[in-house]
Amino acid sequence: MSVSTKTKQSTGGDKLRAILSAAPMRIVLLIICFIWTLPTVGLFISSFRPPADLQRSGWWTVLTHPFEASLWTVQNYVDVITADFMGDAFLNSLLVTIPSVVIPITIAAFAAYAFAWLEFPGRNLFFVIVVGLMVVPLQMALIPMLRLYTRYDLNGTYLGVWLAHTGFGLPLAVYLLYGYISTLPGEIVESAHIDGASPFTTFTRLILPLSVPVIASFAIFQFLWVWNDLIVALVFLGTKREVYIVSTRLAELVGQRGQDWHVLTAGAFITMIIPLIIFFSLQRFFVRGLTAGSVKG
Amino acid sequence: MEQQKQSNRLVDLFTTGPLRVAVSFVVPVVTFLALRWSFIFMRDSEASKFLIGLVAIIVGVFGVWIVFIVTDDLVSRLPIGIRERVRPFAFVGPAMVILFAYLVYPTIHTLILSFRDAKSENWAKQFGLENYIFALTDPKMLIVLRNNVLWLIFVTALSVGMGLVIAVMVDRIGRWEPVAKSIIFLPMAISAVGASVIWKFVYYYQPPGRNQTGLLNAIVVALGNDPVGWLLQRPWNNFFLIIVYVWMLTGFCLVVLSAAVKGVPGELLEAARIDGANEVRIFFSVIIPYIRGTLITITTTVLIMVLKVFDIVFVMTSGQHNTEVIANRMYAEMFKFRHFGRGSALAMILLVAVTPVMIYNIRSFREARR
Repeated sequence: MSVSTKTKQSTGGDKLRAILSAAPMRIVLLIICFIWTLPTVGLFISSFRPPADLQRSGWWTVLTHPFEASLWTVQNYVDVITADFMGDAFLNSLLVTIPSVVIPITIAAFAAYAFAWLEFPGRNLFFVIVVGLMVVPLQMALIPMLRLYTRYDLNGTYLGVWLAHTGFGLPLAVYLLYGYISTLPGEIVESAHIDGASPFTTFTRLILPLSVPVIASFAIFQFLWVWNDLIVALVFLGTKREVYIVSTRLAELVGQRGQDWHVLTAGAFITMIIPLIIFFSLQRFFVRGLTAGSVKG
Repeated sequence: MEQQKQSNRLVDLFTTGPLRVAVSFVVPVVTFLALRWSFIFMRDSEASKFLIGLVAIIVGVFGVWIVFIVTDDLVSRLPIGIRERVRPFAFVGPAMVILFAYLVYPTIHTLILSFRDAKSENWAKQFGLENYIFALTDPKMLIVLRNNVLWLIFVTALSVGMGLVIAVMVDRIGRWEPVAKSIIFLPMAISAVGASVIWKFVYYYQPPGRNQTGLLNAIVVALGNDPVGWLLQRPWNNFFLIIVYVWMLTGFCLVVLSAAVKGVPGELLEAARIDGANEVRIFFSVIIPYIRGTLITITTTVLIMVLKVFDIVFVMTSGQHNTEVIANRMYAEMFKFRHFGRGSALAMILLVAVTPVMIYNIRSFREARR
């Protein structure tokens, strides 16, 4: 056993200088962070204030006597979940989002494996098409697909919106998963072939478990993308009560009840709760996923 | 081991002999029928929300796996000579089919529609360019295009610029760095719809004399001025919408650029300091040239994101008071006016705008392969 001695990087004087030069930076950053959080904090506090108070005074007024129980209520949340159907919308959001994450990942993983490790004619051409499609704006698909959906009765169905999200997420998913799967050590993959494993078994038993990090990153990106999406849901699902999701419902509430801040503030927080949980619990994957996914068209 | 052999024997029973033929027909047919039935169930059923939801999740999640398993099973029954040549297509097939259905075919169709008239019954006038001439010369469209340019310039400049400055600053504050980054990155997690509600509340306007419950107007009034209808003031209302997207994207630029800034070698900075360069000089002459590649990538990425901005305008102003942008205009042409030709031409403008990036991506991918 060897003990590595750590060489000290900085002397005491350096440290003092660093702290001193950091002080103004810290103050500036503190102000920036304060400004950055203020709008969200305002909304959050407001969502727990009685409607009458919301009309009468600004949210900052409660800060002077924050422990007065009569200033706070959860009724806004109860109302928006039941009377304004945010609860239904939340369930619909889950029903839209979970398959819209699993389907593209599955399809992309199979494709990425084939692109990386199987030989077939047209392999390069197909992959170049995938790379090219990555930045195509989804607006390109709206009009033709809406017409097709109308003809085949897919408008306002879960299947329709799952497939739409799958289509728009696939190029990025294939590209990311290929980037990872193609760098797996060739010996492992080939030894599986020699052992007589079929490509299908190699994929499910070997490739998939090894690809968990990249799958997790993409899954978080796609989950948030679908959960936060407005336009795809607006076009392909619509705003009927059976199928609206949190984002389409909230956008509709803004239109219908633009002055009722007790509804809008609580409603907005219901749309944010899952993204915030993911943000705080899986931050590393979250940053990686969003960074990798930002090129999506 | 023993158990596995037994189950293999069970499988053999179905994969050899007369049963094999039956199975290879029955399994796909049953799968297809079951999936089809479940889709119809989800669409038409009056059953409880919970039951439908359960079926939806199961079908959505496992359906796609069943398709792959059944397809692979079918391929395995092919004669040995062609089996392995067909197999890769069973793997990439679904991806390619969906990509063609949802991206390639619609792009071609949108291109054709953009040369047709409003109801897509005839070719558009002016040699089929009617929709494009409208999109590029109509006075209202010029405002839409101007707004998009404003968004592209200001969101990109502000979010990348602030992201970069904060990235350099955050590098020097020690253990508070992750906290500061998290706070500024947080708005990226929430939906643009949610962010729009947050900011609509900040910009909220009450007539003079009443208590201002919107933060910004409360400040304005406290300073002795009249409250401002921020979202009604043309053309400045565009900037108040732009701030929302800057608020969302700065953290993203910060996180990406911070990683790049950390990659600048310490010796380089030290050498510059010894030569007497101050921090501002170091920022412009050492850090920026060093991270140029990342800077270009993030700028392009943000440009592409901003180009398609839709949600913020849709929620905050619905495009009124001269705040409409291309994506919102396209949506209005589609749903309000049913002008599919015009809508398609607008979509084509977005596509043309991203084409250079597309070509660049394909080129650099090809070079990386070589």
